[in-house]
This record gives sequence, C-alpha cells and structure tokens, in this order.
Amino acid sequence: MSTESAPAPQTGVAEDVQQRPRVAVSAFVTNLREYGLVLALIAIMLFFQFTTSGTLFKPLNLSNLVQQNSFIIVMALGMLLVIVSGHIDLSVGSVAGFIGALAANMMVTWHLGALSNPLVVSIICLIIGGCIGAAQGYWIAYHRIPSFIVTLAGMLIFRGMCQALLGGGSSVGPLPSAFNKLSSGFIPDVIGTVTLIAPTVNAAGKTIVGSGLTLHMTTLVIGIAGVLAYAYFGLKSRRTRERHGYQAEPFALFAVKTAVLSALALLLIYQFATYKGLPIVLLVMGVLIALFVFVTKRMTIGRRIYAMGGNAKAAQLSGIKTERLTQLVFINMGVLSALGGLIIAARLGQAVPAAGLGSELDVIAAVFIGGASAMGGVGGVIGSVVGGFIMGVMNNGMSIMGVNVDWQQVVKGLVLLGAVVFDVYNKNKG
Amino acid sequence: MASTILEMRDITKTFPGVKALSNVNLSVEEGEIHAVVGENGAGKSTLMKVLSGVYPSGTYDGEIIYRGEECHFKGIHDSERHGIVIIHQELALVPMLSIAENIFLGNEHARYGIIDWNANETRTSALLKKVGLKEDPKTLITNIGVGKQQLVEIAKALSKEVQLLILDEPTASLSEKDSQALLDLLLEFKRQGITSILISHKLNEVNRVADKVTIIRDGRTIETLVKKDIREDRIITSMVGRSLDNRFPPREPEIGETVLEVKNWSVYHPIHAERQVIKNIDIDVRKGEVVGIAGLMGAGRTEFAMSLFGRSYGRHITGEVRLNGKPIDISSVSKAVEHGIAYVTEDRKTYGLNLIDHIKHNITLANLPGVSRHSVIDDMRELAVANDYRARTNIRASSVYQMTGNLSGGNQQKVVLSKWLFANPEVLILDEPTRGIDVGAKYEIYTIIARLASEGKAIIVISSEMPELLGITDRIYVMNDGRIVGEMAASDASQEKIMRAIVRGEGKAS
Repeated sequence: MSTESAPAPQTGVAEDVQQRPRVAVSAFVTNLREYGLVLALIAIMLFFQFTTSGTLFKPLNLSNLVQQNSFIIVMALGMLLVIVSGHIDLSVGSVAGFIGALAANMMVTWHLGALSNPLVVSIICLIIGGCIGAAQGYWIAYHRIPSFIVTLAGMLIFRGMCQALLGGGSSVGPLPSAFNKLSSGFIPDVIGTVTLIAPTVNAAGKTIVGSGLTLHMTTLVIGIAGVLAYAYFGLKSRRTRERHGYQAEPFALFAVKTAVLSALALLLIYQFATYKGLPIVLLVMGVLIALFVFVTKRMTIGRRIYAMGGNAKAAQLSGIKTERLTQLVFINMGVLSALGGLIIAARLGQAVPAAGLGSELDVIAAVFIGGASAMGGVGGVIGSVVGGFIMGVMNNGMSIMGVNVDWQQVVKGLVLLGAVVFDVYNKNKG
Repeated sequence: MASTILEMRDITKTFPGVKALSNVNLSVEEGEIHAVVGENGAGKSTLMKVLSGVYPSGTYDGEIIYRGEECHFKGIHDSERHGIVIIHQELALVPMLSIAENIFLGNEHARYGIIDWNANETRTSALLKKVGLKEDPKTLITNIGVGKQQLVEIAKALSKEVQLLILDEPTASLSEKDSQALLDLLLEFKRQGITSILISHKLNEVNRVADKVTIIRDGRTIETLVKKDIREDRIITSMVGRSLDNRFPPREPEIGETVLEVKNWSVYHPIHAERQVIKNIDIDVRKGEVVGIAGLMGAGRTEFAMSLFGRSYGRHITGEVRLNGKPIDISSVSKAVEHGIAYVTEDRKTYGLNLIDHIKHNITLANLPGVSRHSVIDDMRELAVANDYRARTNIRASSVYQMTGNLSGGNQQKVVLSKWLFANPEVLILDEPTRGIDVGAKYEIYTIIARLASEGKAIIVISSEMPELLGITDRIYVMNDGRIVGEMAASDASQEKIMRAIVRGEGKAS
C-alpha cells in the first residue's frame, strides 16, 4: 500500500510525467462536484440524524427510507439517460401508476389463471412498460416531436388509463404477499443469524422487541463482499492506469474517497444486519445502479448516448443511429417506469389512483441535483442516485421532524434550485 | 498625423492553466484600418474580447486607453456606449426575425415600450443603403445569404454610431465577390472617418486594405508593420516564427486504380421538394489521388458531399455509387462508414465535434468498435489511440482530456480529422479542411493530406480557396449551380481557368 503514494512511476512518457500534477489538479476539480454531492448527502444525513434525535439511522427507519424512495431512484436511472440524450420524460409517474393498476387487476380482479402469478405479471408489465416507451420514443425519435409534448400527452393518457382501470376513485387490492415482497421483503438469511447478545426475555416468557443484538449474516456477507469488490476494482483500474503511465487522481484522494464510502456502506449494512437484513428492493436497486454505471461508463451504447446529447448532428454524422438510440433510451425509461410502478404497488399492497402522482418531478429533480445538464450530454449515474437519496432523506427527515408537507415542498424546491445554481456558477467560474 | 484613438497596454489575460495573453500592446490611430493577424489560438479573439468588455475589467491586467481616457468596460453594452462595436465570426442574428428587428434588437425606437415600426424601418432602409444591401427591412434573416447577413451585422454596428469597428474574420464564410464588397465597404468607412480593426487570416485582404498590421503570436505582440512594410512573406514569418518557403508540402503522386465512382447523382432540396440541388453529377477518384472540387459558395459542393455520405442532405436522391468497381449501398452514415467512406465536415462546431466532451472521446466516436470488445470499451486502448492520433496530427492540448470546445480552430480541425483517420477510410472527403485556421496549421493539414494520399487513400477536397486546390490536388472538378462544369488536371489549371469554367457554366445554366 505504502508504495502507491510514491512519485509517478517511470513507465509514462516524459511529457505525461510533466503534466501529471496539472492533470491531478484538474481531475480533482472535475470530480469536486461528485465529491461535493456525496459530502452534501452525508451532511444532510448527519443534520437529520441530529434533529430527529437519532431516528434517521435507526435500522427500521433506514429500511423505510429505502422502501419509500427506491422507485424514485430506479426511475432516475432511466431519466438520466433521457436527460443526457437531450430529452425529458414527464410521463414516468403516470406510467408507473398505470402499470401498478394493470398489475393489480391482473393479479386480483381479472382471474387470469396461471397468468396472474406475480412473477408472470411482473414480466408482462415490464414488457408493456417497454412498449409504452417505444411508442413515445417513436414520435420523439422518428417524427421529431419535442419530448416535452409527447410525454406531457403520455402523462395525461396514462394517468387517465390508471384511473379508468381502477374504476374511478377506488383502489384494487390486497395484492398477493409474494408480490409485496418486492418492496417490503428482505433477503432470506441463507447463512443464518448470529446472536451476539441474547434478547431480554420478560416475565411472560416473550422476548422484548429491539433488545439484544442479532446479526443477519447473509446481509453482512453480501455487504462486505460488495465493499471489497468496490475497493478491489478501484485499485485494479488504478493499477492499469499506472501501467499505462496515466494517473487520474492522487492516491491520497483515492484512498480517502474509497475509505469514506466503504465505511459509510459498512455502517449502513451493519444497521440493516441488526434489523431484518437487506431489503429486496435495495438489492434490486444496487444491481441496477451497478449495471447503469457500467453501461454509461464502459459500453459503446453509453458513450453514444452522451455523444448524441452533446451534439446530435455530429453524432449522426459519425455513424451513430441517433433515431434508434433515442427510441431505445425511451424504451429503457418505459421499462424502469414499469418497475417503479410495481415497486409502488408492492409497497402499498394495493393499486391506488394516485400512485406515482407527481413523482416525475422528484425523478427529474434527482437527476438535475445529480449534476445533469438540461442541454443534454452531461450527467452521471452516481450523481443521480445521490441526488435521489438527497431528496429521499429530506422527505424522510422532515417527515420525522414533523415539518408540514407544504413546507417540505418549499425546501425541496430550494434545494433543487440551489444545486443547479451552484453548478452553473461553478461552470462559469471554471 | 492623426491622433491615437485606442491604446491597449500590457494586456495580460490568464485562464486556469493557460496564459492567453501576456503583455500585449496595440495602438490604433484614428481613421485607419488596423489588421490584427496571428495563428489560431495566438490570442487575437481573446484580445478583442478584452477590448469589447466580454471579459470585464478586472479579469485581466493592463490598461485600455480610449480617446485619451482609461476605460474599464464592464460588459459589451459599456463598450458599445463608447462607440466600440465588435462583429464576431459567428454572426449573432436571430434567424426568424426581420432585418429591421435584428438591427434594432435591444435598441428599438419605442415609446413606453411600444415600438414605432415606421421609424425602425425607415432608419433600417437608410442603414442598408449605407452598406449597399438591397433588401426589404422586413425580410427575415433566415431568407438571406451569409454574405448579406454579414452586411446586416455591419448595418447594426452603424446604428450604434460606431467609432471603432472590430471585425473578427468577417470574410471567413463569404464568397470572393462578397468579400471584395465587404472590403470596399471598409475602405468607404475609412473615408468617413470610422476606425476599423480587422482580424483576418487572409493575407491578401490584409495587404489590400490595412494601413497597419499587428502580428500576435503565442499571446504576445511580435511587431506592428506600417503600410510600406506590409508584405505577405514578412507577415507569415512573424506569425509562425519561421519562414514558410513553401506553402504546400512537396508530394510525388502515385495514382492507381479507380476507387470511387459516382454516376448520375441527383439530389433535391430537403424542404423545397421541386428544387433540384445536385444535377446529374459524375465524378471518380483513384487510389492515391487527391481530387479537388472548386466552386463558389452555393454551388452545391457541400450538399453533394453530404448527400453522398449516407444521404445526410436532401431527398429524392438518385444515382449510382461504385467502390472498387462494385455498386455499394451507402444510404445511411453507418453504411457509408462501413464501406470506408469518411466525410470531414466544413462546419466542425455544428457537425464535427461534441464540444462538451474531451479529445479522447471525440477521436474514437466514429469507430468505437475499434477500441472495444463485445461493446465494452477498453479505456486504456482508447487512451493509447487518442494519444497516438494526437501525436500524429500534432494536436496542441494539455492532454487528450481537454474539452474540444476549448481548443483553437486548427486543433479542433485536427481532432475531427483524427476521428476520421481512426475510422480508417478508403475514401476521405474533406470539406473546406482549412477554413478559419491559420497558416501553420494549414501546412500541417496539407502534410496530413499528402501522407494519406501516399498511403493509397482516395481523397476529395472541397475548397473555396483556389490556391489551396491548385497547390495540393492532382485533378480539379469545377462545380457551379449543382453541376460539374469543368474538369482539369491541377498541373494545367489556374485560378483564371477555374473562374472561366464557372462563368461559362453560369451561361449554360440560364
């Protein structure tokens, strides 16, 4: 480890070695925003931890927080690509509501036999979400109708269809408990729990809830494996870069970043382990986040989406099929909206007409807080996820504090504006 | 002699990591035309932005003395109030507004916010007469050509009672005829006592109109020449810091078999469907050959090239394309790229680059499969490729992680060129490859073209600069009004011959 921080390795070209300090500084400056965002999230969490007298980090509340906000983050992953490609999707909340209503009807009211199996229903719903995205994307990509208008229409259409499916103002439920596991379930502990401190048993012979310390081992193993993998891949990519004589950031910065994020992750994992373990939805979300980071950073399709958002004409003249790519981005958005809709329905245990109402705004806000540009071409997965959590923690924290819902909106609006103003100010200065 | 109207002393301007200007001095006398020349990235535009307040007082060091007073311009409005008006390379007109609306934009004749259209239009007519533009003030900007738009910009400057007019590359996108008219206009202004600063790459223009020339290199003033000392070779020497004995690299053409053949190519306008833009063009290019397409602005050269390149322009496209004797389908850009055809655009900012991304990502964009396996990009391979092309085309940047939007025109052009070289084409179509770039970078681009030809690529160069075509090509097609009106070997072509072909072609068309 100690040799890592030694001066630049001699493998690089002489010119590169000279430029290293400048490159390192500029790498720090470019990443400053991402670090700043994570720091802001940590600060907000600490703030609410303090003002809610420690309720925020309670295992139960953490599980709630994840379950309440996961659908925002899932949809933000799709929205990021939409915004990076220079578009917007206002229909995601309505599509989520519609899919929830559809799923509920398929499972509860329509008596479809084998087709009402929760897994089958979920798969069909994801496919339908993709079709909705394909339809909206078709008008946007091939007929050049502004996405704002197409998806505004979609927002009205699917909200209407959601309400129609639910027969006016009523709700459809209860949904099968196997389905509800998607949101409220926890991963099974295949390894078994370890009891560190035996729970206190009261006079009646029952255990007192919350006493004692029992750890969900599968959660801990997954968590530790995840953190180790994160550190390993980080180090490995650094090694590769060093071998090629290029260094993006100083080792100290890398080490601090990795250590802080790992510690934070481990802390959260530990909190989950002391409760019922990892929520299933968190696992789903984690896998999706990893997938989208990979797609945007490493895959050609991700690169092409960014290029298209940066300059669509130049991308087209470089042989990128911009129309097909745009439609694909909206198909992806449709599938993730559908997943969001399933998560909402599973959390409530029923489909309601207002499911996902207004959530498109939270999703869009998350992406912009995360540093995406409204002009397209700029934005990152991690930023959007952190942006989503910032919104989520504020919702959750303010609710615990008992802040009136009206004022919660005001605060969220100010945070969104502040984040974007900060961005623009930084850009102009640099 | 006349008094000094403007003096810029020891102007130093730094951007993060770069010193764009260091102790630049510029002294302009009342009533003269003062040319500022220098390579791209030398700092000319930065200097003018300092002068016009785009970079407000306080963001640079040094002093600006205008009419004997030290000035601290806080913005463009501030400098305009003093009669300093800058006309940028990229015109700042609103396309869907009329000439009159554009001229008085932000400065309308109005009372209590209600616009007096009569007064605006009468004054516009008077201004248009001054700049020699015969157009109705109500005509929309989008309906007039670039040359006329340039005149509208100048009329706009006149409306602000300009005393010091700054023109940044005014003739970069003008035809020969429009350029001449513009230069005549500058001379006319001079007679009326308006001082002008002319930034230009075209040394023959500088030669013709300038009373003084200040040469800037690498953010420093090299020298100021007065009329009697203005000679092209002297300016070039100062600009590049070395003498360019030969403006074109020497080359031994080795011409092989026909590679690309286009037959009976016709294209109609994308909006006005009845207008035929390209009329039955036949051309061919051989291995190792550099073929030029000459013509005036609006002859249809770019339209031809773009319609060929994956039907990127026009509709109802008919005709046949053969590559190495076999007919090929190039109905989309990706198909064209797969067949080894590349088109380097004339408008690198709009069609060539993703300006908000860095050099590395721009270079590999047209050939991502070349740096990836199973659609996963190999970061290190990509970096190696980018560094390799950066070295090969001599892109001057701090690293391949520099945003292309921050590069000078010449370096941007090299990035676009690198992108297409990495796609490894057999046929390379270069549309105005040296537009708006300086002498030194031009020579580098010519060298790259010569090297590619010697590697056996077939190259088509579209250019409005006839000496360039004569200097680097083997054979020249002359285009006019959507037709090929002449074909000649470069060895027996001349500017007069090309012009004659164009004029004769015009006679034929009408």
